[in-house]
Amino acid sequence: MNNVFVYCEIDKTTVEEVSFELLTKGRKLANELGVQLEAVVAGTGIKGEVEKQILPYGVDKLHVFDAEGLYPYTSKPHTSILVKLFEEEKPQICLMGATVIGRDLGPRVSSAHMSGLTADCTALEIGSYEDKRAGKVYENLLYQIRPAFGGNIVATIVNPEHRPQMATVRSGVMKAEILDPEYKGEVVYEDVAKYVPETDFVVKVLERHVEKAKNNLKGAPIVVAGGYGVGSKEGFDLLRKLAKELHGEVGASRAAVDAGFCEHDLQIGQTGVTVRPKVYIACGISGAIQHVAGMKESGIVISINTDPNAPINQLADYVITGSVEEVVPKMIKYYKQNSK
Amino acid sequence: MLAKQVPDTRNVGPDAMTPEGTVNRSALPAIFNPEDLNALEQALRLKDQFPGSTITVVTMGLPKAADILRDALYRGADDAVLLTDRALGGADTLATSYAISMAIRKIGMPDIIIGGRQAIDGDTAQVGPQVAQKLDIDQVTYVESIDKLCEECRKVTVTRRIDGGVEVVEAPLPCLLTITGSAAPCRPQNAKRVMKFKKAAAPSEGKENAKIEITQWGAADVDADLQQCGLAGSPTKVKAVQNIVFKAKESKQLTGSDTDIESLIVELLDSHTIG
Repeated sequence: MNNVFVYCEIDKTTVEEVSFELLTKGRKLANELGVQLEAVVAGTGIKGEVEKQILPYGVDKLHVFDAEGLYPYTSKPHTSILVKLFEEEKPQICLMGATVIGRDLGPRVSSAHMSGLTADCTALEIGSYEDKRAGKVYENLLYQIRPAFGGNIVATIVNPEHRPQMATVRSGVMKAEILDPEYKGEVVYEDVAKYVPETDFVVKVLERHVEKAKNNLKGAPIVVAGGYGVGSKEGFDLLRKLAKELHGEVGASRAAVDAGFCEHDLQIGQTGVTVRPKVYIACGISGAIQHVAGMKESGIVISINTDPNAPINQLADYVITGSVEEVVPKMIKYYKQNSK
Repeated sequence: MLAKQVPDTRNVGPDAMTPEGTVNRSALPAIFNPEDLNALEQALRLKDQFPGSTITVVTMGLPKAADILRDALYRGADDAVLLTDRALGGADTLATSYAISMAIRKIGMPDIIIGGRQAIDGDTAQVGPQVAQKLDIDQVTYVESIDKLCEECRKVTVTRRIDGGVEVVEAPLPCLLTITGSAAPCRPQNAKRVMKFKKAAAPSEGKENAKIEITQWGAADVDADLQQCGLAGSPTKVKAVQNIVFKAKESKQLTGSDTDIESLIVELLDSHTIG
């Protein structure tokens, strides 16, 4: 009762990375609250496939719903599962991916439970909240922190009275870490018919074409992009280290791709990928208009360049005049020192 | 058709800045939420295909939100409803979807409810699915095109944009569809319709020369339970809001020194920009 729940998304029988990230975060929240971590997964032919993927993240109890019609995802059956399961289990927190599925399912479940849901959180913390008007103080609430208003503000949202406190988080925002490969959690194979009425299976997926992207550049909240000024393949390794630390992705300008410093699919710009990250770190990028076209909607732009007059500096919020090999290692060092 | 008037957060220019460097919301132009325009186009295409059908646009907001209702009428919508009431103010997505679902009940259950996937001021994408849940109908989100509507079998086939690909989905009527920005753009305003509807106004706008009245409802008109409306009906509370300080044109100049880099990292961590 009152545990932390994570809804796990699957691609056929493979659990999606975003779910591992949420399980990792969920484990931490559960530890802080002194409760258990439970996971829910629903699909077709997943029994015997998903357990070993999910439990190592420190899952104490895994609810498996395996039946025809539960894959590919449609709204109503998955909603019915969570709504009824939550009535029985009364979780205090439920996390799901801010993916096409999570953003379809989350609001529907929250509406049925009359509980609050915060979309696209970038940080989750536990803390207290004082409702001054009601003169009440709430302990151990989930702080759901998210950018709002076109990224111009960051809001901390709480759900004082309603449970579960629901939040969605974009893929790549949290870090996935296996707790223990042999973690002993309980697995429950639920009777799907008890949860999902036959009438729920009316929406039919007729066709499906999905290609796995090799990188998550498009949706990455933080992009570390390198240009000709990075100088070499080894220079790009440095960028990868910074991106990994910040949970971001590496991108590149055309000049860097043409010089052979990195793969073609990292190219950002008019003829490459368009990105809209919260933070764009331009390393040794001069800022040709074609490149700018692919990143101009970024939130905060940090430019690292030896040339103080590089065109990209005009749209940068922070201009660091210095070389990539000097500045990037320092960023990694001070991020490690100062982040929790 | 569900629509929202939103501040244009996409182009926050220097004139929308307070002296402290934060965003002055009231200085941003109020616009038709972009994806709601994509949704309107899908509705209009259905009307082209089924000439007997009608499109009613519903919005909730301040009286000035009637601007987007007129815009929708100019582009081809048949009717418009403005939900406006102090009791509805301060609503989160759940309280908003409750009020809108009550308005739809009053209008009568349509065959299809279409709205934008999400609004640019909140980016939550929640109101659509929540309205569908409250009306107990099916939903398909992230729809890019409506491919086929079969009147006899009461089914609609749509293409939706999912992570890394597309999905073709068949759903029964009635259902709610949310439309992505990758769908066809909305057709322009029609000159004749502009002439006809430019003097349409909602009573709360206080326009003296109004010739056509835009339907305006408050919480009581849609039999809404006040406990489920506005601030009272909102389970989520905003604990704190931090402004991300914008430096419109001016950028902060740093050197590659240890002091400069560390202070930058600390600043970004403190504002939850990274970390």
